[in-house]
Amino acid sequence: MSEEIIKNIIVREDEDYIVNMGPQHPSTHGVLRLEVCLHGEFVNYLIPHIGYIHRGIEKMSESDTYKQIIHLTDRMDYLSAHMNNEAVCLAVENALGIEVPERVKYIRVILDELTRLASHHLWWSAFGMDLGALTTFFYGMRDREKVLAIFEESFGSRLLHSFNIPGGLMHDVHPNFQKHTMEFVRYFRKKLPEYKQLLTDNIIFHNRTKGIGIMPCETAVAFGVTGPSGRGSGFACDVRKVAPYGVYDKIEFKEILHEEGDSFSRYLVRMEEMEESLNILEHVVDQVPEGDYTARMKPIIKLPEGEYFQRVETARGELGVYIVSDGKKYPYRIKFRSPNFSNLFVLNTLAKGGKIADLVAICGSLDLVIPDIDR
Amino acid sequence: MNSVIKYFTSIFKGIRSLWAGMRVTGKYFVSPGEIVTEQYPENRATLKMAEGFKGEVIMPHDENNQHHCTGCGICELNCPNGSIEIITKRIPNEEGKPERVIDKHIYHLSMCTFCELCIKTCPSHALAWGQDFEHAVYDRTKLTKVLNKPGSTLKKEGALL
Amino acid sequence: MLLEIFSFSTLTANIDKSLHAWMAPWLAVVTELVIIGIVFLLFYAVLGLFLVYLERKVCAIIQNRIGPNRVGKWGLLQTVADFIKLITKELIPIRNADSFLFNLAPFIVIAASFMAMAAIPFAKGLHAIDLNIGIFYIIAVSSLGVVGILIAGWSSNSKYSLIGAMRSGAQIVSYELSVGLSLLAVVVFAGTMQLSAIVESQANGWWIFKGHIPALIAFIIYLIASTAEINRGPFDLAEAESELTAGFHTEYSGIKFAFFFLAEYINMFIVAAIAATMFFGGWMPFHIGHWDAFNRVMDYIPSVVWFFGKTFFIIYLIMWFKWTFPRLRIDQLLNLEWKYLLPLSLMNIVIIAFVVLMGWYFH
Repeated sequence: MSEEIIKNIIVREDEDYIVNMGPQHPSTHGVLRLEVCLHGEFVNYLIPHIGYIHRGIEKMSESDTYKQIIHLTDRMDYLSAHMNNEAVCLAVENALGIEVPERVKYIRVILDELTRLASHHLWWSAFGMDLGALTTFFYGMRDREKVLAIFEESFGSRLLHSFNIPGGLMHDVHPNFQKHTMEFVRYFRKKLPEYKQLLTDNIIFHNRTKGIGIMPCETAVAFGVTGPSGRGSGFACDVRKVAPYGVYDKIEFKEILHEEGDSFSRYLVRMEEMEESLNILEHVVDQVPEGDYTARMKPIIKLPEGEYFQRVETARGELGVYIVSDGKKYPYRIKFRSPNFSNLFVLNTLAKGGKIADLVAICGSLDLVIPDIDR
Repeated sequence: MNSVIKYFTSIFKGIRSLWAGMRVTGKYFVSPGEIVTEQYPENRATLKMAEGFKGEVIMPHDENNQHHCTGCGICELNCPNGSIEIITKRIPNEEGKPERVIDKHIYHLSMCTFCELCIKTCPSHALAWGQDFEHAVYDRTKLTKVLNKPGSTLKKEGALL
Repeated sequence: MLLEIFSFSTLTANIDKSLHAWMAPWLAVVTELVIIGIVFLLFYAVLGLFLVYLERKVCAIIQNRIGPNRVGKWGLLQTVADFIKLITKELIPIRNADSFLFNLAPFIVIAASFMAMAAIPFAKGLHAIDLNIGIFYIIAVSSLGVVGILIAGWSSNSKYSLIGAMRSGAQIVSYELSVGLSLLAVVVFAGTMQLSAIVESQANGWWIFKGHIPALIAFIIYLIASTAEINRGPFDLAEAESELTAGFHTEYSGIKFAFFFLAEYINMFIVAAIAATMFFGGWMPFHIGHWDAFNRVMDYIPSVVWFFGKTFFIIYLIMWFKWTFPRLRIDQLLNLEWKYLLPLSLMNIVIIAFVVLMGWYFH
């Protein structure tokens, strides 16, 4: 079954009407090039061409110490920078058998959810903009700004805050961190209904997304589509539930699942995830215990010989970190299983036969971040 | 008949959903108090960055032009991008033995990724974040900075800066 | 009547008389034409620049921003600066483009909108030409613009442009119908196609009030269809920037791009001016039946103010749409026209004919 799904034989012909979407195109959100074959308004097939922003992060990591790798992982999926950091940190901590302080675990969860919210804000903004509702972009950015202000206060940077290090956090959070987080939760609870009125309930938006790019659960599993995009097809793949890390096993939260598998259900999953993130934040923010912000670590981390794997749930899906160590202070090989790479290649299956405008809607609902694909 | 009713209800539902969206944008149109734009160059006087804002790496000096940097080179080792170069020199101390001290702590801002490892790992807490963020220059060489001020010396003992 | 104070007919008549006094009749007519042409050109440029500024301000406030505020007071000169930038920019020659058609297209677009403006009554007596089929002329002329768009898409040898132009062609041809039929509603009410006569017929109340429900339906249909006709959001498929980067004017640069840009905004003004004239009484002040005292107070406001006030209100509505809604897809766009707007406006015409026949409207 799954082999049939993956087998997408594309036969190019000379008369094909090829339109290159990208590498500079408003709806690819980065330097992704889609070679789209059109028949009138309809998409015959499309071939994604990647590699325009390949920086060799995996190879560079082989000459960096485990502490130095952190700042490179920031730059893969820059919207889930914190989760990327956390994946490497957890892998190293588990390999060394270090138990990080409770405080660190809780703060990491808060940061996870704040990052997820900021990422979903940006996705919502850009998705609206892809569909032509330009105002959503500014509303989303306005609310994202509040999250970034919290980040800036605590970590000094807004987007790429290399705040995790193996063993804990770089430094302690700002004293106002919890207070401002709660303020943001209260603020955003008021703004979320506006998102609903502006886009979720809009009839034009329904027409543009309902029944568009239907991805059945088998397709999602076969292509390894994870994260909100996979959960929109009913694929229960939330790593926070499947393989809890940090204190996710102690927190009550729902895994959002929608069965339809179209662009609208992927949209709904993200919208409800935002709400769920607010719930988690409300629940967790008062429980942060006092204590150290880092475990005692040696100045130079050397992993024992062996292979280590850790996965976390980023805002876009499952990020896996696979480290092979030969006992030195540099990893022998490091491999990232990035969620966007898998999410991108389902695009041909979804967009084939649809219109060019549907392609934009599908692309937006998959929420791709191109530097994460190319690494 | 049923389909006719459906046709008209779909029209009214559509119009109602559109009106809901227009109410949101209309509300913001009549409430200019919600404007969030920061008028950047004008608000320079009042613009205060957060305490730990990562503008650039600086080396704090005290009033006697003294700093904490011993020139050990740990920051240089830890920097993932090679943005720090330490140049040391040997000068004789009071007992006449040559001692290694910092000559130039060179910091390439253009290569820095603000990972904070140099500040974190510095054993004598000689480095810190500066809050200046206006780094635009016409010449790239201006982004290469010498962090220890000319004529500055090592502060031997005492509290942290 | 007090209204006469603000009438432009004396001014235009005086100019006409003095020109005829010291010129041959044919020379006087030519001079008048040149004067009108220059006045319209100036008006066109100023209006275009102001509308671009207005749009940027309106969308900025809707989006919690300030908008242009650097050039001039409140950024009023921003669009002038933009225009200067555009006219000094290089006109990039496109390889394998049909250069004659490529250069012709912007002029067709701008000429179409220029011609439509001639028939609009701006104020009492301020009227370039008062055709007895004025509204028919405007509908006919304003749809010429699509020819320019099609030529632009075809000649620029770009796939994005071609798709955009084809979309635009399908869209404008379809929506012409609804625009025409919804305007026909008012023609049925007023019993004339002459724009000045339609305005005069609203002396005791605007058609949107006098014609109650059918006129309101016609107005809503007109607003939707005309927004689609001028390629503005949520119907801006011809230049859907997330799909086609910029649609039919992807390859244009400099002043040629500015022509398309300007024509789009002038078309918006024309569409709003027609709506104001047909449904909101044009330059006619707000009058209620026989409340003479109230009507006289309203007459103190000059007719130019009334006309532009109403027009800019409708322009604001159109902008409000654009900055709220997502864009439709091409098949949904045609569905909306052929399955909803066209049947509804046909139904509406029948209702209006019946209403007029029975005299069930305020008159």
